[in-house]
Amino acid sequence: MLLISCPWCGQRDESEFTCGGEAHILRPADPDALSDPEWADYLFMRTNPKGRHRERWCHTHGCGRWFNMERDTATHDIVSVYRMGEAPPDDRDGNSS
Amino acid sequence: MTSQPYRLAEGGVIDRTRPLTFSFNGRRLTGYSGDTLASALLANGVHLVGRSFKYHRPRGILTAGTEEPNALVQLEAGNRSIPNLRATRIELYNGLSAASVNCWPGVRFDAGALIDAVHRLVPAGFYYKTFMWPQGGWHVYERLIRRMAGMGRAPEGADPDRYERTNAHCDVLIIGAGPAGLAAAVTAGRSGASVILADERGQPGGSLPDVASDGDVTGTSWLGDTIAELQSMTNVRMFTRTTVTGYFDHNFLIAVERVTDHLGPGAPAHLPRQRLWRIRTSRVVLATGALERPLVFANNDRPGVMLAGSARAYVNRFAVLPGRRAVVVTNNDSAYEAALDLHRNGVEIAAVADLRAVPVGPAAEAAAAAGLNILRGHAVVDTNGRRRVQAVHVAGIGLDGSLTGPVRALHCDLVLMSGGWSPAVHLFSQSGGKLRYDEMLGAFLPDGSRQHVLCAGAMNGVAETASCIVQGQDAGKGDVPAASEPTASTVDAHWPIPARNRSGEVRQFVDFQNDVTAADISLAVSEGYQSVEHLKRYTTLGMGTDQGKTGNVPGIAILAGSLGVPLPAVGTTTFRPPYDPVTFGAIAGRDVGPLADPVRQTPMHAWHAETGAVFEDVGQWKRPFYYPLASETKHDAVARECMAVRRAAGIMDATTLGKIVLSGPDAVRFLNRVYTNAWGGLEVGRCRYGLMLGEDGMVLDDGVTARLAEDRFLMTTTTGNASRVLAWLEEWLQTEWPELDVYLTSVTEQFATVALAGPKARAILTGLTSDIDVSAEAFPFMSWRGGHVAGFPARVFRISYSGELAYEISVPARHGLELWAVLLRSGPDYAVTPFGTEAMHVLRAEKGYLMVGQETDGTVTPIDLGMQWILSTKKDFIGRRSLARSAMLDPLRKRLVGLRTEDPELVLPEGAQILPTAPSGPPETMIGHVTSSYWSGALRRSIALALVKGGRDRESATVHVPLEGRTARAEICDPRFYDPEGLRLHG
Ligand SMILES: [Zn+2]
Repeated sequence: MLLISCPWCGQRDESEFTCGGEAHILRPADPDALSDPEWADYLFMRTNPKGRHRERWCHTHGCGRWFNMERDTATHDIVSVYRMGEAPPDDRDGNSS
Repeated sequence: MTSQPYRLAEGGVIDRTRPLTFSFNGRRLTGYSGDTLASALLANGVHLVGRSFKYHRPRGILTAGTEEPNALVQLEAGNRSIPNLRATRIELYNGLSAASVNCWPGVRFDAGALIDAVHRLVPAGFYYKTFMWPQGGWHVYERLIRRMAGMGRAPEGADPDRYERTNAHCDVLIIGAGPAGLAAAVTAGRSGASVILADERGQPGGSLPDVASDGDVTGTSWLGDTIAELQSMTNVRMFTRTTVTGYFDHNFLIAVERVTDHLGPGAPAHLPRQRLWRIRTSRVVLATGALERPLVFANNDRPGVMLAGSARAYVNRFAVLPGRRAVVVTNNDSAYEAALDLHRNGVEIAAVADLRAVPVGPAAEAAAAAGLNILRGHAVVDTNGRRRVQAVHVAGIGLDGSLTGPVRALHCDLVLMSGGWSPAVHLFSQSGGKLRYDEMLGAFLPDGSRQHVLCAGAMNGVAETASCIVQGQDAGKGDVPAASEPTASTVDAHWPIPARNRSGEVRQFVDFQNDVTAADISLAVSEGYQSVEHLKRYTTLGMGTDQGKTGNVPGIAILAGSLGVPLPAVGTTTFRPPYDPVTFGAIAGRDVGPLADPVRQTPMHAWHAETGAVFEDVGQWKRPFYYPLASETKHDAVARECMAVRRAAGIMDATTLGKIVLSGPDAVRFLNRVYTNAWGGLEVGRCRYGLMLGEDGMVLDDGVTARLAEDRFLMTTTTGNASRVLAWLEEWLQTEWPELDVYLTSVTEQFATVALAGPKARAILTGLTSDIDVSAEAFPFMSWRGGHVAGFPARVFRISYSGELAYEISVPARHGLELWAVLLRSGPDYAVTPFGTEAMHVLRAEKGYLMVGQETDGTVTPIDLGMQWILSTKKDFIGRRSLARSAMLDPLRKRLVGLRTEDPELVLPEGAQILPTAPSGPPETMIGHVTSSYWSGALRRSIALALVKGGRDRESATVHVPLEGRTARAEICDPRFYDPEGLRLHG
């Protein structure tokens, strides 16, 4: 069971959290401009990497806040945790992905 | 027979001043405090304790610990009973009662043993090959197989014992309180770290009492001094009888503490039977020791054949002689120590057969010096004896594995075997650690983990006690323990040891619990099962309750031999939790009975219960389903409640509907995005029905939202979806639209709500309020008013789910029960009838109103429901784009219709399939299914809602609904069965 650092509450057990899947998927500003396949891509398609992955998590049984987390899906190492709206730490260092 | 004829007069850790009586298979026996059931049985000369799983062969006690595959018993009877416990792990208490499992009618004569006679018919993969044909036959075979092969019996009633679950946090968790673990604990403890030392036995010390070493640092003084020091440290907690059984990510581990199992039914009532520990730690030190392996020779499973180290433990720890005349067979030095200890205590050692041509090691030299008969380059190739071994056959064995020279028979009542030692790397492997194969030790050793875990002692490949202590000290400091050079000689591999007679059946057991033989493994390989993971599943090697703790490495060695590859090329199967079986009681803890799930009750619950309401669970809520009068059936009660609403007035407890306040200047913009219809034009004081979709266009929830103020709305949700909708709205606000200034507050439990419905509702409400004008003109449909009802501050919403004139009255929760009572007291004049959820379902179905979760199942769009009218074309909303996908516009999608059965009395079962033509044999063309179906008292006939391909395009068509034994005919119709113009609702 992961030990997750909520940006608002600190370290808590994974059982207090809900994983919301891949992070940084923006809802298209004008959905009508998208073709059916493009819309389906937004709706259904997600990356599934072995290794570093950015995900949204919610501290459901705590403060109720959503935040982002970069996690290694193979080792379960948590690389970083950052608040909604913040750029991923790697990007802030200029290592844009 | 004298009592305990195999007990030594002195020695051991047992307490001879505390004799205990117990019964095994109905026989009364005695033992001592400090015994396990296994040691007490051996003290009484009982070796035959069970029958094997597949062939029902007589089995005895193989080991002295957790790894035991054979000696499984059913402990106690009745609802406290636990099946399949290992006799080697059960601590004896007075009055203990145990019985063999897996034998009928008894362990000495077992009908299932006939299977052994037809062994050739039960090869590897037997179940897969035999019972998968004909298709569907498995459920017939399974019952027969279970009767023969079933192990213990689960109790039938509720477990009377109490269990607990609790958490612990520490800096260092040390698993195993042998020399390495104790040294690690005392070192870590001195550094000031918070330490937990967990060990599965009743006392710390690990294997020290098993080996009774004399003189060196491992003597009792070191053990006693160390334990005393640990006990004096307030930062160290010592958990005994505690098995760490699961190692998960981020150093989270699960342990089971057997708090009172060793005391039996007489345990103090204030203590739980077992306690499940959830432990989070910064570091882990694994000092879990090593498990001895059997050798694989013909008939190596007879009672009296035992692991050498275990026999040594029975002599030293329990002062029990497992036999009088022993033959030892080994491929390593450690068995000589066992032979010497038994020899010293009066057991005649007939011979030590050493597979090595040149035995090397201090113990081998000591044995030679003591005059033991050592047969170099020899093996045991067969055994005799039915319920107990009586003789072995030994022969020379060459380096190439071939038998040399004559086969000799040696009489004995005990065989000690040692196939080397396997470090107990299970938890390390669970931690994500990798293993490497060490040729020198013939064992898999830890080789680096991604977690903060250190390994020390025997589980790290170290044999000598002094070296274990040094490694423990290193690990306790947080340093990786330095490797130490093994002093014992290399283990030769003869997997399996050839049989003397290769024609006919040879039973060389690898996995004793699942009856997997060397021949089974060879057969599986020849059939193409070459991966160790496939082999495991095909032969069931290592899949018993012991998870192959003894037989795993021999099995892998035989697989490697069959494949002609070196052992490391085969690798191991993945070790998974639990290391040791966990009871359901420990997992459930106190979350049983009424505490299994929280129960939510409305403020009116007490009245419902007293009145005899039948309750329905909706999420965690208890909702009145219907209120039967004296002798009413459900059908009668629901029909009466419905008619009361249609003819006069009824009240329903609607408190459980989710209520969310949305406040902030952007509330309208937010509502416009989450609901399909437009909200800007809604005036304060008015309400509107809204439909919420997922981004995939499927209906998520529905409900009425009222505008309380310019920047404040009260949203209602369905009862079951209340928390889901709140989470859904929060997710969009926080992650997608943080710029919107809107706050959400759940107020579900702050208000009690009563739905007052029926033609007399207005008259009743008029009599209860002085400051709300309830006239049709002043208080129109789909509006709300604030004021007082029955003297309580109230919001009244004129909304209807029944199709009748109706109001929903919300008051602060504390007034709910009283409001309910006042509404009922208005009964004599207006005959107010309480009605439950089932009547509500019928009333709404008569109106063709959808119920989320009944007409919708996550695959239904508003278009499917005929609700295009609620889809705004002037704005975007969640799910809108998906509704324009070509597949959503397919006219053959399932759409909502009404169904009228040809037989008006017939109420179709919900979920029934709908066919366009009379059934003609499978496969049938199925075009839809019934979603809701009721008897309608108002219409004096049955009604049903259904989702049917093509929907209303099929109106007036006759469809066919296959039922058990017959087929019903029904006509597709408008789903609005009752008052389709809505005259009553607007009245
Ligand atoms: Zn939090």
